[in-house]
Amino acid sequence: MTKSPEQLEQELKRRSKAAKLEIWGRVVSFSALILIVAVVVAIIGFVASKGLATFTTNHVNLWDFLSGKNWNPSLTDAHGKPEVGALSMIVGSFLITVLSAIVATPFAIGTAVFMNEISPNRGAKILQPVTELLVGIPSVVYGFIGLSVVVPFTRSVFGGSGFGILSGTCVLFVMILPTVTSMSADALRAVPRYYREASLALGATQWQTIYKVVLRAATPGLMTAVVFGMARAFGEALAVQMVIGNAALMPHSLVDPAATLTSVLTTGIGNTVMGSLQNNALWSLALVLLLMSLVFNLIIRLIGRKGRLQ
Amino acid sequence: MNSKVQNKIAIGVLYGIAGVVVLILLALVGYILVSGLPKVSWHFLTTPAKAFLKGGGIGVQLFNSFYLLILAMLISFPIALGAAIYLYEYAKDNWVTSVVRTAIEILSSLPSVVVGLFGFLFFVVKLRLGFSILSGAFALTFFNLPLLTRSIEDSLHTIDDKQREGGLALGLSRWETVTRVILPAAVPSILTGVILSAGRVFGEAAALIYTAGQSAPALNFMDWNPFNISSPLNPMRPAETLAVHIWKINSEGIMPDAKAISSGSSAVLVIAILLFNLAARYLGKRLYKRLTSA
Repeated sequence: MTKSPEQLEQELKRRSKAAKLEIWGRVVSFSALILIVAVVVAIIGFVASKGLATFTTNHVNLWDFLSGKNWNPSLTDAHGKPEVGALSMIVGSFLITVLSAIVATPFAIGTAVFMNEISPNRGAKILQPVTELLVGIPSVVYGFIGLSVVVPFTRSVFGGSGFGILSGTCVLFVMILPTVTSMSADALRAVPRYYREASLALGATQWQTIYKVVLRAATPGLMTAVVFGMARAFGEALAVQMVIGNAALMPHSLVDPAATLTSVLTTGIGNTVMGSLQNNALWSLALVLLLMSLVFNLIIRLIGRKGRLQ
Repeated sequence: MNSKVQNKIAIGVLYGIAGVVVLILLALVGYILVSGLPKVSWHFLTTPAKAFLKGGGIGVQLFNSFYLLILAMLISFPIALGAAIYLYEYAKDNWVTSVVRTAIEILSSLPSVVVGLFGFLFFVVKLRLGFSILSGAFALTFFNLPLLTRSIEDSLHTIDDKQREGGLALGLSRWETVTRVILPAAVPSILTGVILSAGRVFGEAAALIYTAGQSAPALNFMDWNPFNISSPLNPMRPAETLAVHIWKINSEGIMPDAKAISSGSSAVLVIAILLFNLAARYLGKRLYKRLTSA
């Protein structure tokens, strides 16, 4: 049977099986990607709409929220306004993040230098697998150890309950140490070998090479490692909540009970009614947390871009 | 002070720092294992928890942890695989791709408590799934997706471009090249990535306390019909995992032997993570040898 020209044209123009499969694969893999983006947008959208409700439907002043020192959303103050000052938690979160990063940075970078420059053999065989394992230890385990070792220790040394920013800092220090160490080690490893050789050939000692050449060249990577550790510390919830004492007061000393954004969130969200002011105020804390994690992300990007330009 | 003395001092200090860090890390692992391992027994691993009495176990929690892990992996692996394939094999280097990459980075840097709260709002409240294994599995999926996507992308990156060119030169389409040539070659390192991310998911608690819930109703391990409420497979029941259990008994403290149970559970968690790590290394190497005859 002869085919009409139209039929022939149709047959020739029809996609082959392989081409159909190709389109199918492209569509499927692309939709997986779109799904992830949709999740990100949904998370930001939902948390933002809930968090902004405090200001739009409950008419809380944004400045009062950020600078107020009294957190007691179920009570009202002398002017009849609800007491939703989040400053004590914001200060608590920042204090604990900055302090643990300050303590962890020298140890982490020192260890990374040791692993890479001084004793690469022992570094690769022992230190690296151990740090990689410790990165994976669940945060509740850190919290539990904080509760059973660090808190009694600070109690016996400084008196008081032992709960507070100091204990939180100790726990976070140990928790972010493996992360920052292994990322710093990656940054040092990325410094080309001939930098070191050139420096040593010029007669520099090993320390001069480390300090003046390797560390300088690796600075963007090391900064990224530290900021990454800070982001992790800022967002950590349970380990901190277990040792900080959970008192939403302005911290006066490092050994008094305090609170962070995450600790108030974990303890509070289950005890409030959806849609109430108390609940919305907590969502505003979650929004602050989300925005801060975006800021950390931005900082890491800026460092990365600057590092590339050099 | 001349530079040689300076050098000696500095190197000495670095030795000291590394020594202190090793001591801290060893003390940490040592403490977990020494205080926890004596509590671990077959009885401890298999009996259900008791709320007010001594001698409870972690059987239900352990089962819940594994069940949630498997469900979360089943949901997140195909999505992450698809996304990674598109990103690495198809995506052009333009602004859309960079927006998508930024979104994935943001998702990976979100605090897990925020992911958990979103899960609570969306799955537990909006979709009325309640505190359930399903809600928890979705929350874990969100937590896991960016990590898994990046690790699969890295695995695809390790495959030589010659393999792609070879596939295309043989007349295969791109999709066929990916599924028939690239993925089989990347299986060992993809598997390593999957097991390592499983370790992280296994210990996650903050994303679960408001999605999978904080209670572990008794299960009937003879009943494997997923529609019965006491069946271990029922995805709509609340399920406290091992990590959540540690947090719960330490912050509520009505159990007389909470400390012993937490140290036992911590040891179990850490050993599980250790096994995940070792398995990832071993299986990766073994599969690589098998598949490449190297």
